[in-house]
Amino acid sequence: MKFKYEIEGGNFSKAGNASSAVKKMLKQLNVPPPIIKRLVVALYEGEVNVVAHAWNGCIQVDIEPHRIFVIIEDEGPGIPDIDQAMQEGYSTASQAVREMGFGAGMGLPNMKKNADELNITSEVGKGTKVEITTLLNE
Amino acid sequence: MAEDSFYHALKVDEKTCYGCTHCMNVCPTGAIRIRNGIASIRPDWCVDCGECMRACPVDAIFVEHDDFDRIFNYKCRVALVPAVLIGQFPAKVTEAEIFSVMRELGFTHVFQTEHTAGIIRKAMVETAREAEEKPSISSFCPAIVRLVQIKFPSLLDQVLNIKPPIDASAVYFRKRLEDEGIPSEDIGIFYVTPCAAKIAAVKSPVGEEQSPLDGVIDMRFIYNKIYRLIKSRHNSSSVSPGEMLPLLSPGSIKYSLTEGEASRMEGRCLAIDGIHNVIEFLEKLENDELGNVDFLELRACDQSCAGGVLVGGNRFLTTERLNKRAKRFEGVADIPGDIKAYTHFMNHNMDIGILEPRSMMALDEDMGEAMRKMQQVRHLMCFLPGIDCGACGAPNCQSLAEDIVRRESQLSACVFIQRMMEKHSKLSGEHALKIIEKVWGKNRLDKNCNKKGAEDEAGG
Repeated sequence: MKFKYEIEGGNFSKAGNASSAVKKMLKQLNVPPPIIKRLVVALYEGEVNVVAHAWNGCIQVDIEPHRIFVIIEDEGPGIPDIDQAMQEGYSTASQAVREMGFGAGMGLPNMKKNADELNITSEVGKGTKVEITTLLNE
Repeated sequence: MAEDSFYHALKVDEKTCYGCTHCMNVCPTGAIRIRNGIASIRPDWCVDCGECMRACPVDAIFVEHDDFDRIFNYKCRVALVPAVLIGQFPAKVTEAEIFSVMRELGFTHVFQTEHTAGIIRKAMVETAREAEEKPSISSFCPAIVRLVQIKFPSLLDQVLNIKPPIDASAVYFRKRLEDEGIPSEDIGIFYVTPCAAKIAAVKSPVGEEQSPLDGVIDMRFIYNKIYRLIKSRHNSSSVSPGEMLPLLSPGSIKYSLTEGEASRMEGRCLAIDGIHNVIEFLEKLENDELGNVDFLELRACDQSCAGGVLVGGNRFLTTERLNKRAKRFEGVADIPGDIKAYTHFMNHNMDIGILEPRSMMALDEDMGEAMRKMQQVRHLMCFLPGIDCGACGAPNCQSLAEDIVRRESQLSACVFIQRMMEKHSKLSGEHALKIIEKVWGKNRLDKNCNKKGAEDEAGG
């Protein structure tokens, strides 16, 4: 079953709405709470990344009985060096964004911690695609 | 679902309810439907917050509390009185008067609920310090504990496993009376409650097997009794003999008010009141949006217990009076001297037991089946108008779609779908009216000049 949620770039007051919608759906599907918790934390980080850096984006969720597969895709500046971006504390967020409590450079590492599989591809000047896999049979 | 044993304090008076949808629209968990012209509350979805009772224009929602005369089944009749009872009276009515009237009503002992607030705070500070997952969530408000159980089960581990003052005080005073030589079966402890959730918590505790209380009395009942007695006394200008109770610390007096807990815990603490605010906040907490918060005080009612649904006085005035009272008691120790001798006993009787998740969100226990149902819901939403009018007897289109999938309603319950069906000759006007009667009751659409706001309304 597939779902799609739009993310608006630059609108921090709405950051988290898409993650909350996914969370509500996972609860309705009776996905175990600890699995929901991990996935939603990863999703929220991803959503905030899109809001903070990109122009617009979307979350696509594909659920099958044995796994949840999520794609967070955006049109934005892209990530020049993904390995560097994965390091804890590395951040390109502007001062304004940091003052709002975002952009501490923990986003991608935190997503990796909360996903069973994380795959990032990016093209500078075009956008970024983050794929998260969460296994359900544990 | 085997949730039948779950007791609820909130009931619908089927004679008075006329199915107006006010309660259905305010219920924070979407637990209310209209069937046969009256509101019905889904027991496994209700958290006894009392929002429906507040919203009802005709007082058709009531709480089931214990018959006052039940106190006389016990030789030793203990009233456990929360601070907000006192807060409701005008300043000229002294606490001593209030407590002496309680005795005249038939209680042999009157104790204050917040007597154990200091020892609870100490236990909470220590437990929160050790907690692996932050923030710790207070277990003070029973409606909130239930809310977490049904709507936010992943946060249950963060609820502090420490008794709130009613339970801790009931355990403490029972022990003390037993130590005075009173047999346990002769002791009846009755809580004077400001809310419905605490009635439910006593009748059907969430963690422990049995509540340490023997009964619950609606605060409005006591309030009226006390007020009447005091009034008649003032008129006859007889002087109340008065009665002194152990002094409570300012922190204990203000414990049940908003910030009562949060202001005295360690680290970054937040106090949220109002159940809709709490839900919004817990959504954020679940997403891990909050950063480093150490402690959350969450209360279902606006202004916390001062705004309890059974508190007769104005909640802002009640808060004001308690704040004033607290000022007068500055310097009083947070843990009353008499508790110190029972420290060991209390430390071993503070936990609330295991809180089980009772998720009501799932469409089905089986995930595959739940996915199938969700697909159906999404399909149904293609047809429903999205007007959320409530004319189907459910609070909104989404709820109707979910009800249909749960086989608790049907698509033709929607009045707009009915129109479309009539247009395509799939439904007769006669049949459509039958469907409406099922939700709204027989003869609901007949002319009736006695109803609220109509020509011959019988005094409002």
